[in-house]
Amino acid sequence: MILIVDLCYKARSLSRYEFVDPIAAIVKGTGSECEIVHFTELTGDLIERADRIILCGTALKDDLYARRIDLFSWIDGIEKPLLAICAGMQIVAAVFGGEIVPQPKIGLERIEIARETPLLGPPREIEGYHLHNFGVTLPPGFELVAGRPGSIEAFKHAERPIYGIIFHPEVRNRWVVERFADI
Amino acid sequence: MHLGVLFSGGKDSVFACRRAMETDSVVCLITIVSENPESYMFHTPNVCWADLIAEAIGVPQIIVPTAGEEEAELSDLRDAIFAAKKRYGIEGVVTGAIESVYQAARVQRICRELDLWCFNPLWQIDQVEYLRLLVSEGFEVIVTGVFAYPLDESWVGAGIDEERIRELEFLQKRYRINPSGEGGELETFVLDGPIFKKRIEILKAEKTYENYRGRLIIQEARLVDK
Repeated sequence: MILIVDLCYKARSLSRYEFVDPIAAIVKGTGSECEIVHFTELTGDLIERADRIILCGTALKDDLYARRIDLFSWIDGIEKPLLAICAGMQIVAAVFGGEIVPQPKIGLERIEIARETPLLGPPREIEGYHLHNFGVTLPPGFELVAGRPGSIEAFKHAERPIYGIIFHPEVRNRWVVERFADI
Repeated sequence: MHLGVLFSGGKDSVFACRRAMETDSVVCLITIVSENPESYMFHTPNVCWADLIAEAIGVPQIIVPTAGEEEAELSDLRDAIFAAKKRYGIEGVVTGAIESVYQAARVQRICRELDLWCFNPLWQIDQVEYLRLLVSEGFEVIVTGVFAYPLDESWVGAGIDEERIRELEFLQKRYRINPSGEGGELETFVLDGPIFKKRIEILKAEKTYENYRGRLIIQEARLVDK
């Protein structure tokens, strides 16, 4: 089962249709089972039962997740594959000692994949949809996968299958979620 | 949250409004009437009748005209959203965008500039499933414009039902037509639905069709009790 964590400002919000349901639809399209849970309703049992976990993005104006990093300490010890999208990537960065920094970006932009990983494949250029007010600094123990310092597009934990991407894969890059379901 | 919905009277803005009403409070509808039939951003056929739908739903409407030139219409949209913020105290804007990054990114930028939330509750939805959802939830949607091969004259004025949805599903596979028409292949108008207090009856309309381009121009319409 793939656990999809809704990071929107409240459970069952209007934003869920935009940031959570499209990810769930891609996961279901791979034939994988998924469960959706809001981050304030996450339990140890759900995390334990999940084979993989996805942290979704949220609306541009939403910053509740960043004020409740305390609810995500479980990520620190996670060994299973985790894909953290946009707001999710910011949470992962903060949990592992990186910083969330102002870095607004809206729209399609080129992304330079610099390092080969099972998630994004070999180095090349792709185009991705961005919708964020904040970016991240590289946390200790993570490798830069795409982008550059000061504009990190993707990172990976050096030893564990923990990935962060700042772009939204549900727009024109569904293959990213499909590959994650297979990692 | 108090929200304003970008509203053309087409199925996407009406269904986005329906979803917003389920979670939040829709306090106004924002309609941009473009003088340019090839508008980059705004649904144009019959948008002048969106006021009748607003009345049927029972939500106040802000109507702003625009010359419909590419960047000027964005500035008109910004002004309309700003007016909605001042007049109705909206905290966020709702759009019916499904796939259009062009449209979505521009509205996101305007909302950011005006310190408003932006919601796209149909974003990336499976278009065929979405059409079926519209029908199953009781929306009565008609096609008011076709603009792509091989949509024939029978589509102009036709109601969206299971048979038409199956046809669109086939055309999607065969000709890569967007079943919901977001690529400009077809445009729609909503006559009734679960958020309508009254339904719309078209009394007089003119049909034009030539070379896979056709329109149903509504000339007279009224609200009737349900």
